[in-house]
Amino acid sequence: MDQLDRNIINTLQYDFPVCERPFAQLAETLNSTENELISRVQAMLDNGLLTRFGPMYNAVNMGGALSLCAMEVPENRFDEITEQVNAFPEVAHNYQRDHKMNMWFVLATESEQDLQNTLDAIEDITGIHVYNMPKEKEFFVGLHFKA
Amino acid sequence: MKQAMQQDNNFQEDDLDRRIVLATQSGLPVVAEPYRVIAEQLGISNELLMQRLETMKKDNRIRRIGVVPNHYKLGYTANGMSVWDVDDNIINEVGEQLGQLEMVTHCYQRPRFPPEWSYNLFAMVHGRDREEVLNKVAQIAELLGSKARKHDILFSTRILKKTGLRLKDRG
Repeated sequence: MDQLDRNIINTLQYDFPVCERPFAQLAETLNSTENELISRVQAMLDNGLLTRFGPMYNAVNMGGALSLCAMEVPENRFDEITEQVNAFPEVAHNYQRDHKMNMWFVLATESEQDLQNTLDAIEDITGIHVYNMPKEKEFFVGLHFKA
Repeated sequence: MKQAMQQDNNFQEDDLDRRIVLATQSGLPVVAEPYRVIAEQLGISNELLMQRLETMKKDNRIRRIGVVPNHYKLGYTANGMSVWDVDDNIINEVGEQLGQLEMVTHCYQRPRFPPEWSYNLFAMVHGRDREEVLNKVAQIAELLGSKARKHDILFSTRILKKTGLRLKDRG
């Protein structure tokens, strides 16, 4: 990763222009060329420095529903419950965390009703209460990752 | 009759936005004219596609268009979910304050569940190691002073599942 790669990451985290030749437009700002930028972005996607290039959709504003959910899972049932929870395609990610509430997952569904149904189904199959913590407000975040 | 046509038009508009989401949710092609490639796949003009994307950006259905770096590969290998118990009356002020801090990547107000869970403000804090995250959270605690009644930090010990958010293709 050289300075141009860093500049690409730091600039493109915020905004990729919507125009006919976006890389050509960026080439001026980044003091590079259209072809160079294209090959750098492709190389960083290939080697895993970048995980994604494109629009980030806001599931809730698209009419869908999103929520962070937490469960208090007994240690001796952790693997079994993980398997049951992960089997739901609505579970987008799931993390074990070092707290009494030790399982934290994000549910993403296409409607509020689907979200509630999925929550109910997870409680039914696991027999464990699910704390539903949808965001009530999102605060502006200034900086992403400085490369 | 007129109303029926109107509804039909709305349906078609929604359907095009949905097709745009499906065509781009796994990413844009890395080529000189990425939007043209997508427009051709969808059988629409480049102009119409760009116009729809601009509209979705304006009404925040699209947060932004850009790249997502792998923060592990950039060296930010530790992350802690810091959680804060803040008076509801000052949560906006405190939330804005936290969002401005370096290494805080998400900052949300969420419901409490007393007595089991009294935290209403969540801020994801990243660092190059656990020590750095702990220091950062200690700095935040100092900055907030009595505005935060208590706080905790939950480190992830294992990723159990990680897939993107995906719309189902209704076909």
